[in-house]
Amino acid sequence: MIWKRKNLLGLEELDPEEINFILDAAGSFKEISTRPIKKVPTLRGKTVANLFFEPSTRTRMSFELAAKRLSADLINLSPSSSSLVKGETLLDTVRNIEAFKVDMMVIRHSSSGFPYSLSNLTDVSIINAGDGAHEHPTQALLDLYTIREKKRKIAGLKVAIIGDILHSRVARSNIWGLTKLGAEVILCAPPTLLPREVEKLPVKISYDFEKVIKEADILYFLRIQKEREKRSLFPSIREYVRLFGLNRFRLELLKKDCLIMHPGPVNRGIELDAEVADGPWSVILEQVTNGLAIRMAILYILSGVRTNLKKVR
Amino acid sequence: MNLLIKSGRVIDPETNLDSRVDILIEKGKITKIGKIAKIPSGFKIIDADKKIVFPGLIDLHTHLREPGEEEKETIETGTKAAARGGFTGIVAMPNTRPPVDSRSVVEFIRNQAERKGLVNVYVIGSITRERRGETLSEIADLKKAGVVALSDDGSPVLNSELMRRALEYARMFNLPIISHAEDLYLSNGGVMHEGFVSTRLGLAGIPSVAEEIGIARDIMLAEYTGGRLHLAHISTAGSVELVRRAKKKGLKVTAETCPHYFSLTDKAVETFETSSKINPPLRPEKDRQAIIKGLKDGTIDVIATDHAPHTLAEKELDYDSAPFGIVGLETALSLAVSKLLKEEKFSPLALAAKMSLNPAKILGLDKGRVQVGKVADLTIVDLNKEYTVRVEDFASKGKSSPFQGWSLQGKVEVTIVGGKVVYSNTEKVNFLQNENT
Repeated sequence: MIWKRKNLLGLEELDPEEINFILDAAGSFKEISTRPIKKVPTLRGKTVANLFFEPSTRTRMSFELAAKRLSADLINLSPSSSSLVKGETLLDTVRNIEAFKVDMMVIRHSSSGFPYSLSNLTDVSIINAGDGAHEHPTQALLDLYTIREKKRKIAGLKVAIIGDILHSRVARSNIWGLTKLGAEVILCAPPTLLPREVEKLPVKISYDFEKVIKEADILYFLRIQKEREKRSLFPSIREYVRLFGLNRFRLELLKKDCLIMHPGPVNRGIELDAEVADGPWSVILEQVTNGLAIRMAILYILSGVRTNLKKVR
Repeated sequence: MNLLIKSGRVIDPETNLDSRVDILIEKGKITKIGKIAKIPSGFKIIDADKKIVFPGLIDLHTHLREPGEEEKETIETGTKAAARGGFTGIVAMPNTRPPVDSRSVVEFIRNQAERKGLVNVYVIGSITRERRGETLSEIADLKKAGVVALSDDGSPVLNSELMRRALEYARMFNLPIISHAEDLYLSNGGVMHEGFVSTRLGLAGIPSVAEEIGIARDIMLAEYTGGRLHLAHISTAGSVELVRRAKKKGLKVTAETCPHYFSLTDKAVETFETSSKINPPLRPEKDRQAIIKGLKDGTIDVIATDHAPHTLAEKELDYDSAPFGIVGLETALSLAVSKLLKEEKFSPLALAAKMSLNPAKILGLDKGRVQVGKVADLTIVDLNKEYTVRVEDFASKGKSSPFQGWSLQGKVEVTIVGGKVVYSNTEKVNFLQNENT
C-alpha cells in the first residue's frame, strides 16, 4: 500500500492496513537505536517543529530524539516561550510557524480538535501528539507495536483498559487501534470515569477489577489524576486503589503470560505497586523504547508524502 | 411613507388571512387590504407577485452588544442585520457592559436605536443587579424607562429564592421573565452536548438534564407564584415535554427555540469548527425531532434567533477557549422556510405566528398583525428562491455561523418598518439611511 495521508491526527479514521503499515515500518527504525552511531541521514535537511501547548517531557523528548536520529532539524516551541501566546488565533499560530518554512509540525494541545483545525489551514504535515481527551495516535501505535512484538499477534487478544477512561485520549486511540486490529477491549472503571454512551463503542464494560484481571491477556493501566477527586468522580484515592489498584496480592490472579502496560508516568502505589511496575509482567520500559521507533517511522512516512505527491504532479 | 404592495400572498395569523391581496399603506399605517383596482398617484409600488407578505418578524432573543462590546456588534450593525433577515423588531438583551440594570442604560439603548437603528429595538432589563444573580434590579425604574421584559440571559438565576421573588415582583408590572434555564453545576466545563459524539471527540459534555432541571424548577416557581415565565432557547426533548405538561395545566409559561435546534445536531461538532459552539449546545437527532414536534403542536410558541455575535479573533481559537455563540438574524427565516415550511409542511400562517404574532403578544406589543389600522411592519419573502449562505455578505459584524455554504430557500426581498423600506434585495440601494444620523 502507498501512504496517502499528509497528517497523522488520530486512529479513528485509519484503516487496519494503514495501522499495520506503520507498525511494519517501525521495526527497521528500532534497529537504528541499537547501533553505536544512532543516526541515519534519512530526513537530513528537513525541519520539524514541536508545538507543545501542554507540558510534556517524555513525548516531546521522544519526538525530539526521533527527529534527530533521522538527522532532521528540530525546533521546540512551548507556551512559556514568547511566540505562542494564549489566545493567539489558530490562523496566526499557523502563519507564524509556516513563516519558519517547517516541513512537519508535532502538536500537543489541551483542547480536542486543535490539530484538526490547524490541518485545515496549512499544507504542512501535522502529527497529533495528543489533543485534549480526543486522541494520542503515536501512543496507541507504540502500544500496538509492543503487544504485537510480545504476543506475535493482536487479533483475538483480550485487552483490559483500566482507569480514567473519561478523560483519556490514550484510551480512545487504543480503543480504535485495538478493535480495528481485531482485539477484544474491556474497559474497567467506576461508572463515573466512563464517558457517556460508552456502550456504543465496540467495547465491553466491567466494574469488577479482579474478574477482569483474571481473564485479560493485556492489562493497560491509565494514570489517575488526584484532581479528579475534587469533582466527585471517586470518593478518595484510597477507595479507588482498593477497587482498581494492582497490588502484589492480586498478582496471583493474573494469567501466566499477562502483560502489564502503562503510558507513563506511573503513579506508584496508586495504579500499580512498585513491585508490579518493575516486575516481570511489565513492558512499560519497552513501550518507551518502541515509542521512539514508532515516531521515527511516522516522521519518515509523512515526510515522504509530499515528495510522492510532487512526483505525481 | 405611502406604499402599495401589489399581488402578494398576504399572511395574518391573528385573523387567519392567507390570500392574494394588495396592501395600501399611508403615512406608515395600513389603510386598506384587498384588491385595489385603481393605483393611486404618489404611491411607491412594490411588486409582491409570487411572494409572501408576512407581518414583520420580531426576534425575542438578540444580543446587540452595545453598550460595551461594540467590536462584536453595534445597534447600527445589528439592526442592519435584522433588516436583512426580515426582522422589523428585535430585542436588546441586557448582558451588555454595563448591563441593563438601570434606567440610564435603557435610555441609552433606546436613544441609540432612535439615532442609528434601522428597525424597532425593544429593550430587555436584567432581573438582577449587574446580572450577578444576587439581588433584584430596580424593576419599577426599568419598567418606567421602557423595558418590555426582564432576563439575566447568558446566565440562569441560580438562587431559587431570588428567582421566586423575581417572578412574584414582576407580576406587578405584568413583565415576562425570560429565563435562560441551566443548572451551572451540571453543565460545569462542558463545551458541547454530552453524548456519544462528545465521548468520541473527547470534549467535555453538557448533559441535557442541566437544561431540563433548570426548566423544571422555573416552571414550578411560575406555578407557585403565578408569574409570567418565558423559557429561552429550549433544545431538548425533555424540555419540550416539561413545557407541554405546564401548558396542559394552564400555566403562564411560553417557550422559544432557535433555528439551529431544528436544523442541526451534535454531529456538527465533529469538524471542531467553533461555529458549532453554542449554549445550549446542539443536541442529537431525537431532540431535533422533538423540537419540531413541539413547534407543530404549539408547545413551542416562538422561533427566536439567539443572535450572539463575537469577533473573528475570539471564535478562531481552539474549541475549549472559544466563546459560545453564533449569529442568526440573517439565516433564521430561510432556515424556518427550508426546514419547517418545505420539509415539515408547516404553513406560512404557522411560521408567521411563531416569528411575528406570538413574540408580539408575549412582549405586549401591538405588532405582528397585518390588519387595517396597524403600523406597517412587513416582511416580503420569496419562498422558492434558493441561495447560498455566505457569511461574507452578512451585515452583522459577527461571521460565526454553522450555515456557511448552505443552500437555503426563502430569501427576504423587502423589509418595511413603519411604512418605510429599510431593506431591499431588489433595488440598487440596499439599506435605507436612518434619517436621524
